[in-house]
Amino acid sequence: MDIVIAVVSAIFLLLGGFLCVTGGVGILRFPDFYTRIHATGVTDTLGAGLILIGLMLQVPDVLVLVKLVIILLMTLFINPVATHALAQAALKSGLSPLLQSKNHKGG
Amino acid sequence: MLIATTVAILVAMFLAMIRGIVGPTFYDRILAVNMFGTKTVLFISLIGFVMGRPEFLDIAIVYALLNFISVIGVLHFSGSVEFRHDDHDNSTVEKDS
Amino acid sequence: MKDLFAVIMLAGMYGLLSASFFVTMDAVDVAFTEASVGAGISTLLMLTTISMTGRYENTTRHRPMLALVVVFVTGSLLIYGTLDMPYFGSAQAPIQLHVAPHYINNSMSEIGIPNIVTSALASYRGFDTFGEVVVIFTAGVAVWALLMVNVQRRKNTEIDDANNSTHEQHFIVRFVAKMLIPFILLFALYVQFHGDYGPGGGFQAGVIFAAAIILYSMVFGLNTARRVISQPIVQLLTAAGVLLYGSVGIVSLLSGGNFLDYNVLSADPIAGQHLGILLIELGVGCTVASVMILIYFNFSGRKNDRELEEHKETT
Repeated sequence: MDIVIAVVSAIFLLLGGFLCVTGGVGILRFPDFYTRIHATGVTDTLGAGLILIGLMLQVPDVLVLVKLVIILLMTLFINPVATHALAQAALKSGLSPLLQSKNHKGG
Repeated sequence: MLIATTVAILVAMFLAMIRGIVGPTFYDRILAVNMFGTKTVLFISLIGFVMGRPEFLDIAIVYALLNFISVIGVLHFSGSVEFRHDDHDNSTVEKDS
Repeated sequence: MKDLFAVIMLAGMYGLLSASFFVTMDAVDVAFTEASVGAGISTLLMLTTISMTGRYENTTRHRPMLALVVVFVTGSLLIYGTLDMPYFGSAQAPIQLHVAPHYINNSMSEIGIPNIVTSALASYRGFDTFGEVVVIFTAGVAVWALLMVNVQRRKNTEIDDANNSTHEQHFIVRFVAKMLIPFILLFALYVQFHGDYGPGGGFQAGVIFAAAIILYSMVFGLNTARRVISQPIVQLLTAAGVLLYGSVGIVSLLSGGNFLDYNVLSADPIAGQHLGILLIELGVGCTVASVMILIYFNFSGRKNDRELEEHKETT
């Protein structure tokens, strides 16, 4: 049983770490601000969630588990709201997204 | 396992920092700081587990809250007149360096 | 880099990096304070400042060569002076031989709280902490005195209109902020009173409390926040924190011990120490939170006044 928990926890941690690095690469390579928001918002929240769940499986103590649950809930609430507010502020102040050129046909 | 994830988070933090230094518009920089903050929360939690001291989770909670408040604060202050971003600024004169 | 906004962002990142360094060096309380003050409140207060002064740095009119030379000479003299000091972390440094072992060995038996940082800060070095609280109080009063020049009274209805029009769109942010603020306030109280057993204490708790109030006033408008926490109460609390700290010292003088000697505060010395530390941390938290809120309210108040003047001139 212990070995199963250890393996599952390791899988979650590695997956979360991989997602975070992907988000980091994305923020450097994407062409426009709005696409970069997609890169960070999605991968940050999901990666953080997976890493925190992976940590939760390794925890010996109930108080630490409660704190990790609190961090997870807060991250799930806060990250999307922050990216939403950022995108809304950028749109209102005039930063326009990079659209396709006009002679591209169809979808 | 924990150490591998910690290294991955450090790499992601470094990449976000590059975007924070380079980023042409300042919204890019705000995004980079937000991402850096989330990664710091994860980094502190992981280091707490690596070093065997779970008290670090308090710092992680505080940091997550302050990250959120800072981003909302920056956006609130960017609503005032001096910070308006005009689109033609990007192509002609670039004041940031 | 002439864009002050970018400089503030990078300074925020630097504060975070320092907090991470402190964490890896196993200094939890310092990391806590650095994360909350250096990367949180400083960013917010600097942003309020540049929203009033302007985003770009003015071109300097004098050449900085003389200043650079002075800085270089002073810096090298200072470095030369530190070459005689013992190496960083060496076991032969005087501080490690006399004072630190006494604190580490005797803290549990003399004071009875597990967190040695809090016991050193609040009890062994109580005078220094008193000085810090008075410095924070003085800084707050000085900023407030400077900002009170040319304050003009405006009718509340105009400011409410201006505030409501910019905040109607942020429905999602308002909703989440409404849910988060009670939690942040509760967490500030947790950090304040848990400072004996884990990282925390008065300074960090005060900063977190102030951050919650600043979030409320940013999302819901300055006037609503002023109605919730009125400025006279904040001014009163600023002084009340320092007063509380000083009174603990005077009560222990009147009870027969030295100034800020907690052993005489209660029948049992250990209980006396606990009571003393609790009260002074409360005083510290009060003053820090009130000073931050005072500075923020005054800065935003002036910004609102200036925006209203511009708005009136254009219409």
